[in-house]
Amino acid sequence: MVLVEFGGFIVTMVQGIRALFIRPFRINLIFKEAETIGVNSTFIILLTGLFTGAVLALQSGKAFRLFNAEGVTGAVVALSLFRELGPVMTGLMIAARSGSSMAAQIGTMRVTQQIDALEVMAVDPVSYLIAPRIIAAFVMVPLLSIIFDMMGIFGSYLVGVGMLEINEATFFEKIEAYVKTEDMWDGLIKAAAFGIIIAVVGCRKGFLTEGGAEGVGRATTQAVVIASVTILIADYFLTAMMF
Amino acid sequence: MLEIRNLKKSFGTQRVLKGVNLKIKNGEITVIIGSSGCGKSVLLRHLIGLMKPDEGQILLDGMDLTNLPKEELKRVRMRFGMLFQDAALFDSMNVYENIAFPLREHRRVSEKEISEAVKQRLQEVGMKNVERKLPSELSGGMRKRVGLARALVLNPEIVLYDEPTTGLDPITSRAIDDLIVQTQQNIQGTSIIISHDIRATLRIANTIAMLHDGAIVAVGSPEEMMNHENAIVRDFLDYGLPKNFRA
Ligand SMILES: Nc1ncnc2c1ncn2[C@@H]1O[C@H](COP(=O)(O)OP(=O)(O)OP(=O)(O)O)[C@@H](O)[C@H]1O
Ligand SMILES: [Mg+2]
Repeated sequence: MVLVEFGGFIVTMVQGIRALFIRPFRINLIFKEAETIGVNSTFIILLTGLFTGAVLALQSGKAFRLFNAEGVTGAVVALSLFRELGPVMTGLMIAARSGSSMAAQIGTMRVTQQIDALEVMAVDPVSYLIAPRIIAAFVMVPLLSIIFDMMGIFGSYLVGVGMLEINEATFFEKIEAYVKTEDMWDGLIKAAAFGIIIAVVGCRKGFLTEGGAEGVGRATTQAVVIASVTILIADYFLTAMMF
Repeated sequence: MLEIRNLKKSFGTQRVLKGVNLKIKNGEITVIIGSSGCGKSVLLRHLIGLMKPDEGQILLDGMDLTNLPKEELKRVRMRFGMLFQDAALFDSMNVYENIAFPLREHRRVSEKEISEAVKQRLQEVGMKNVERKLPSELSGGMRKRVGLARALVLNPEIVLYDEPTTGLDPITSRAIDDLIVQTQQNIQGTSIIISHDIRATLRIANTIAMLHDGAIVAVGSPEEMMNHENAIVRDFLDYGLPKNFRA
């Protein structure tokens, strides 16, 4: 059962990515989808990023103080953000925000026969609806995860330097000393993979919607749940491969 | 010529089409009638490959449409236009963009040409000043007319209409019927119409086919159908007409 479902997502992904390389190239749609994801999610990413960084600094700063090592707080927060929390939290947020709306939108088009109308007009719905969303999420989730990372570091700076009175120079020195570009790249690769997961799951769930408004609701919920779980599982395997 | 051969379709245990046979001649208006829920829309969806039959064939000039590869099917669909029963307008696009959509997808045309085409098509279906409205801001009858404009914008040679005038007032209905006839004559195309409007059917149809209990039970000209030996057919037509219409 799970395997069949998983196979279905792979099929959708392959079809979607292949459609990207076949005329017509739908540049306008790609930009529109990217904008939708950005508009949907930027604020929520700013907010969650800020507080995630702040709470990490609060927890780890107090712990490091026990060993007189609070100077590394910034570096530890930055590392966990870049490698792990940035991409994962961003992925989960966007799954909730954009993955759900992809499923709802495409699902509504399915049950109101708009997808049939596309087909009748000899327009490939995969190329029109799915491919642009996959590439848009592939690009936008990493960008948003960078925003999340930056806000997180800012949050940890406010807590670490502002509240815990860590020396400002040490705070940044340690970040520079411990965080490598490689960590950032690993995080971005993860985020891009999560973007593909979100779009593929959201689009496929919407595409296969049956049964009116109730079906759209079901597809939307499933899209969020499946995308979130898949992100966490994929995160484990990506991490295992990278480090 | 479009030929439906022994077409069968079930949904679960419900057998909707039990072996439909029908020949649809080129350059004619064929109207399919039948009681609500008898499978008319399902039949129409098979003609354009939106549904796959369990059994049977649909031959367009001898080519079987039921198992065409995707690219071939796309090419065939370019020859079709379809009006859906519920219009199926794109709800994220306004009226103008809905009608312009097939042009933008399949023709290299300037914005000016598009704008002229949209205006003309809207006029044909008796609408104006609605270009910027979204489908959600239109009445059911207006949506249907926009759907009609969109279906006809590329001048398809075969047009499928699923209840083009249901829900419209008598005057607009008449205008739409005339538009269908006009369109068909202009391009010598083939029109296949599902209709519950018996009066209009008798007026514009070259051929009437009646779907009943999963099969075509009668085919003929309006005249032949009015005097058909099968009482089901005669009753169906009679009840659709005002009293003493025959006289
Ligand atoms: N996708 C589907 N899944 C399951 N059953 C379906 C599906 N589409 C149609 N049906 C069933 O097939 C039967 C015929 O439906 P259809 O829409 O063709 O009726 P119709 O003749 O067009 O009726 P009306 O005149 O009311 O539009 C109905 O009983 C319907 O429940
Ligand atoms: Mg119907």
